[in-house]
Amino acid sequence: MDLYEYQAKDLFAAHGVPVLPGDVASTPEEARAIAEELGQTVVIKAQVKTGGRGKAGGVKLADDPAGAQEKAEAILGLDIKGHITRKVLVTVASDIAEEYYFSFLLDRANRTFLAMASAEGGMDIEQLAVERPEALAKIAIDAIKGVDLAKAREIVAEAKIPAAVADQAADVIVKLWETFVSEDATLVEVNPLVRDPQDKVIALDGKVTLDENAGFRHPGHADLVDQEAEDPLEAAAKAKDLNYVKLDGEVGIIGNGAGLVMSTLDVVAYAGEKHKGVKPANFLDIGGGASAEVMANGLHIILNDPSVKSVFVNVFGGITSCDAVANGIVAALEILGAEATKPLVVRLDGNNVDEGRKILADANHPLVTVVDTMDNAADKAAELAAAGV
Amino acid sequence: MAIFLTENSKVIVQGITGSEGSKHTARMLKSGTNIVGGVNPRKAGTKVEIEGHSLPVFATVAEAIAETGADVSVIFVPPKFAKDAVLEAIDAEIGLAVVITEGIPVHDSAYFWAHAVATGNKTRIIGPNCPGLISPGKSNAGIIPADITGPGKIGLVSKSGTLTYQMMYELRDIGFSSAVGIGGDPIIGTTHIDALAAFEADPETELIVMIGEIGGDAEERAAAYIQANVTKPVVGYVAGFTAPEGKTMGHAGAIVSGSAGTAQAKKEALEAAGVKVGKTPSETAALARELFQAH
Repeated sequence: MDLYEYQAKDLFAAHGVPVLPGDVASTPEEARAIAEELGQTVVIKAQVKTGGRGKAGGVKLADDPAGAQEKAEAILGLDIKGHITRKVLVTVASDIAEEYYFSFLLDRANRTFLAMASAEGGMDIEQLAVERPEALAKIAIDAIKGVDLAKAREIVAEAKIPAAVADQAADVIVKLWETFVSEDATLVEVNPLVRDPQDKVIALDGKVTLDENAGFRHPGHADLVDQEAEDPLEAAAKAKDLNYVKLDGEVGIIGNGAGLVMSTLDVVAYAGEKHKGVKPANFLDIGGGASAEVMANGLHIILNDPSVKSVFVNVFGGITSCDAVANGIVAALEILGAEATKPLVVRLDGNNVDEGRKILADANHPLVTVVDTMDNAADKAAELAAAGV
Repeated sequence: MAIFLTENSKVIVQGITGSEGSKHTARMLKSGTNIVGGVNPRKAGTKVEIEGHSLPVFATVAEAIAETGADVSVIFVPPKFAKDAVLEAIDAEIGLAVVITEGIPVHDSAYFWAHAVATGNKTRIIGPNCPGLISPGKSNAGIIPADITGPGKIGLVSKSGTLTYQMMYELRDIGFSSAVGIGGDPIIGTTHIDALAAFEADPETELIVMIGEIGGDAEERAAAYIQANVTKPVVGYVAGFTAPEGKTMGHAGAIVSGSAGTAQAKKEALEAAGVKVGKTPSETAALARELFQAH
């Protein structure tokens, strides 16, 4: 889960990382009140989970509360790369002497963590990595030893951060590591980490990604989810513990196993090329035990997606047997009753496939077509979706 | 031969008394796996009756090894306790630890991996978040259905469980030396490269099928490895061409970040290394069949 800047900074502050005072506002009036409280020049920053806010007009300075209100009004509602701005961060404007870059992240290839740091912050770090890789220090972190002051000093030196602020920067890095570990983050990024004219080192921005698998030891992390910004179908699926991602096509997809479902999306997209370009409408993995209830919940979500014109149920019976899946489909259609209005193409293979197909044949539901291979079933589902477009 | 798991493997189950652990212990026993016991500190000294076998429960992995000579542990412990279970297996220096558990925090996986490295890599870790591995007709450590296909000459390595089953099913007439599900998490123990190296060295394996998916660059690194080190024919498949950027597709590791980790880049890297890559599972199986018959 990616956090907003203000949420990232709240976590930073909780772990002693220096950030500037400020607060988040949802209305221009709230922005004004925060600016009044701060009593100095403020910066209004759009809270969106994407880069390039400044260029898009999502970051503005305001000298007084009236200006803050006016700027917040201009920024709230702004569409930044498809992200609608619903909140702004109103924070003290800082004088900047120098800008650095710092991050901790997961290094999948080396199966450990990585610190990346540079004395040349502020700019797009991917661009820096390509154009001047020597300016970006990359230091592997031992997951057991972690980052103590000595390791932090090594990072600071490799990044060529000036000696005058080296101790401070090292201290901030140790606190960022504490944030990274104790919050179960997979990314903690500060760009820029600034040196102000008084030689204080401050996190001026913050980007944090939290590991959702670690939710069991962080009950508070659930509150960081922005319900308002969630896709309503995704939110409904999450409430039912379904692994669902909304996409922009017309063929609803249900399958078991993440790999098989990803593969199903691809096969449907290929098949769609011959049928008016229809595409998969979603990712939905119902997992190993495809009970009638899980199947009904899954179908319910997909059938509530107005862009869905047909549904492709693609199951390989491994641990689950196909007869249980077939019974699940039949029972799910009964549960859904009149709500089930779109054609279903079902492909079953694997464990007890003959019984599974027989159950569907005997049920003889008018909406259900059983097709024997994944490719042919995808083609049929795409054809039916194209007919409904 | 076969890789990592043979007819001589003596298998224990960590979490044998849990619902998943006992269910899959029964399935493994049915498929002929030599299961010699289980581990649960709270039930140490007791026996569990599964599939007509009376299996001893030990307090620790070390005790299980000392009593039974076990060399493989299959771990079904819930995410909260999985880190300690894997650390225990590593400290007991068991040869192979197969971590089936899904949903382990990545900091925990990074920690036990670092511990494995620091203690000299005496334990091969497969997973987490994987279906385990099977050497058909010999042994089955994990949750892969044993009745899809029998022994044969194809080696399979895959990030995905159900795509493993699908591919085994498509090529069931040829059969497999071993099929290894390495898991869909961002940090995993055994990689595509490890399995490719083992299949290359395994005299029983004549063709390798490699299944990847979006996220990370494991497939790109595997491609470079194949080009430099693998002489046997390799057929590849990559899932997730239609996955949008920034969305996790079921597996914790399956995410396209910016322009990195795309299926297209992986396919191109594999093809550049001389690997035939299928567009769909069935096309991949057809390519494998064709190459197998021609070799």
